[in-house]
Amino acid sequence: MIVAEQKPLEEIKAMIADAEKILILGCGTCVTVCFAGGEKEVSILASQLRMATRLDGHEKEIRELTVQRQCEYEYNELAADHVADADLVVSLACGIGVQTMNEQFPDKLTVPGLNTNGLSQPTEQGVWEERCQACGDCVLALTGGYCPVARCAKSLLNGPCGGSQRGICEVYADKETPCVWDQIYKRLEALGQLDRLMEIQPAKNWHSSRDGGQRKIVREDLRL
Amino acid sequence: MSDNGYIVGSNLEKALKAGYFVATGELGPPQSADRREIEHKAGFLKGIVESVNITDNQTAVVRMSSISVAVMLMELGVEPNIQMTCRDRNRIAIQSDLLGAHALGCRNLLCLTGDHQTFGNHPNAKNVHDMDSISLIQMCRNMRDEKIFECGDAIKGQEPAFFIGAAANPFADPFEFRPYRLAKKANAGADFIQTQIIFNVPKFQDYMRRVVDLGAHEKTYILAGVAPIKSLGAARYMATKVPGMEVDPEYIERMRNSTKDLPSIKEIKAMDDPEEAKAARAARSKAAQTEGIQICVDIINACKEIEGVHGVHIMAIEWEEAVDSIVKACQIGPKYDPARQAT
Repeated sequence: MIVAEQKPLEEIKAMIADAEKILILGCGTCVTVCFAGGEKEVSILASQLRMATRLDGHEKEIRELTVQRQCEYEYNELAADHVADADLVVSLACGIGVQTMNEQFPDKLTVPGLNTNGLSQPTEQGVWEERCQACGDCVLALTGGYCPVARCAKSLLNGPCGGSQRGICEVYADKETPCVWDQIYKRLEALGQLDRLMEIQPAKNWHSSRDGGQRKIVREDLRL
Repeated sequence: MSDNGYIVGSNLEKALKAGYFVATGELGPPQSADRREIEHKAGFLKGIVESVNITDNQTAVVRMSSISVAVMLMELGVEPNIQMTCRDRNRIAIQSDLLGAHALGCRNLLCLTGDHQTFGNHPNAKNVHDMDSISLIQMCRNMRDEKIFECGDAIKGQEPAFFIGAAANPFADPFEFRPYRLAKKANAGADFIQTQIIFNVPKFQDYMRRVVDLGAHEKTYILAGVAPIKSLGAARYMATKVPGMEVDPEYIERMRNSTKDLPSIKEIKAMDDPEEAKAARAARSKAAQTEGIQICVDIINACKEIEGVHGVHIMAIEWEEAVDSIVKACQIGPKYDPARQAT
């Protein structure tokens, strides 16, 4: 799923400095599941901002609302009155939600209350690890189901670099992030497919990734 | 391949093809625009090694560019081995730089993935990694042998022709895969391999047995990476702090023993006469350096006996003056190899 983290309170306070009436708008999908921008987080942030602005000498009017899916117009339509009534919207959705709001309500600025972090898997309670970089040209069939594009710090496609030690990647400060090429090696060994590692992968076609510019899928069969 | 039977005919290629046990050196460019440092270091390497690697912003610290230093080295009569990493350039920039490098006279090229920028002095930089070391090797071979760019377009006119090198780390994991990775680099087009620094000879021997079993030593020349240790502290640092490096405890012990009959640091600190303390410190440092060089010599001599090893790559970064005594003691390289004096 898409995961995100709330921005530091000071940064959010700076963004709302010139507004009086502020709508905190959550999203009921990915960011609710990763505890970053659902109804509960909207409520906590609203309380924090009320308190902080009161302590600063001038309490602002902070309203709360959460829509089902902020990346779609139909759901945001339900927030239209609240948006109209506010000076500024602080979105607790991912970057897609923030941009949908700005497109849909061009007269009102929506600012991001979250930093969108990536496409991750919740690996344990409170931990999300990136799994996909949406490169647009999936290589998982070649690599035993582990993605080197997203999970190797250098996005290597031809095996582990010299910094793989006891299954750990040298790059991360935590010194516990697995080397994905070590994981790929072990999986391919278990599958009896180690010979795959000897196939030379030429330079990847990154055009399908963001490097080709903003991507767009058009499904004629689905269009009305 | 050219008419004379050589791929490019660099000193390095010629010495390897002649069957000599070769020695290459390394030079780290300055973190400034000052060429005097290069002239100074080159003086220690000229004539005693076949070619000198010039690192490409090693450990992701900004330094003078490898190709520009290569030009300075050629002016000084030293054959360069330029290094190219995939960290900072995409395939367009790499190919462009290689066209220029060939035109400037560079003939040896080491293809690397590159140290991650996290380790350097610009950790917030965007990394590129459009390619990796193996796709880079393959691209360089195709440019040279097929006369095509990465995109498949023909190179009209002079192709960039290099004696293509690659790195190998026998001590990284998964250990079982490392010989295969070397073979993969040879298959991709690596004419020669330079390994990570060896401080664990038995493990390297094990690795090389596997490489020989794969027949990879017949497809590519393999140069064992070595480095002199300057002090006990440096040995300990490499043993514990450098990822992908294994140091046999024997060497730590030898470094420790090298100064055991001399006044200790504590005793030196207690000395009243500053001149006496200075001399004692210098004596400790000299004794450690002598042993560090001797360890390096011993490792090289051990490598000479390992099947499939065609030479050594001596990485005496910031201690270039040590190289002469190393190659002299080992009787290798263009100046000291007796086999080459006869010719």
